Amino acid sequence: MRRGWLRWAIPAAVLPVLALLAYGFWTNPREIPSPLLGRAAAPFALTTFDRAPLALEDLRGKIVLLNFWASWCIPACYDEAPALERAWQAYRDKGVMVVGVNVQDTEEPARKFLARFGHSFPNAPDPKGHVAVDYGVYGVPETFFIDRRGRVRFKHVGALTDEAARQRLDSLLEEPS
Amino acid sequence: MIRVLLTVLAVSTALTGIAGAASPVDERVVHDVAAQLRCVVCQNLSVADSPSETANQMRQIIRERLAAGESPEQVRAYFVQKYGQWILLSPPKEGFNLLVWVVPFVGLGAGLVLVAVVLRRWSRKPAAVPPTPVDPAMRERIRREMSGGPRP
Repeated sequence: MRRGWLRWAIPAAVLPVLALLAYGFWTNPREIPSPLLGRAAAPFALTTFDRAPLALEDLRGKIVLLNFWASWCIPACYDEAPALERAWQAYRDKGVMVVGVNVQDTEEPARKFLARFGHSFPNAPDPKGHVAVDYGVYGVPETFFIDRRGRVRFKHVGALTDEAARQRLDSLLEEPS
Repeated sequence: MIRVLLTVLAVSTALTGIAGAASPVDERVVHDVAAQLRCVVCQNLSVADSPSETANQMRQIIRERLAAGESPEQVRAYFVQKYGQWILLSPPKEGFNLLVWVVPFVGLGAGLVLVAVVLRRWSRKPAAVPPTPVDPAMRERIRREMSGGPRP
């Protein structure tokens, strides 16, 4: 019967398309793997809000928690701010440096943000977005964990929690220096 | 007089040359590169089309890199290196991405084949209808009437 081949040809054509759509819909479009993981962290040289130089080069040999934030980033940046200070206080004597990079912001609200949370780790504005693009930042907040050898090892998108910070920093501290 | 004119000409040519070397980047090239890049904070907008601050900064970075002597391909590669291929609005024609480029044409071809097959079947259908069986009495009556025999 001639009709026979159409009976399987139609499902055969439709099923792969459905499978492709299903794959597409089940993939989280926000979960984009960073191509930077495992690669050398891009160097930067900024000036902190306290007018001190802040360069990644000078932090060689330390584990760096690099956090990108903005004062207008509500609520995620406000949610994670206390956790950042706690991580700094807990790990500063263990060879960990917490660094904040303020992106797409203006100075006054950024300073208010830092004062509100009493951040005591270095924070620097990135007025032209060079550092943000060098780290492939999509939005704020994003946090990068750089190991002692200066390689980007983890990327955390969204508000950082105490647990997430501890887990990553501990795993990097366990590595032989 | 001619010598003066020539000198003026030479000097102005030299000046134009210097000005040319130091001239700002061709904005059309900046736009061209920006149009290929996805604005990271937008939905389906290119860096060229987005009014966002992020896109503005990215356009400035493109401008700076071109001014520093990079080719448009190198600038594009820089963004791909930082963001992955996701940053490109049209996926490169390789690997899994090929599906995006091939499937529409395969679909179109399959659709045309289907239409052709269906059309052929429709046009053949009347011929395929089997003749209606006629009982012998009716056949005999037709034969009689066709031959012009006397009506009963």
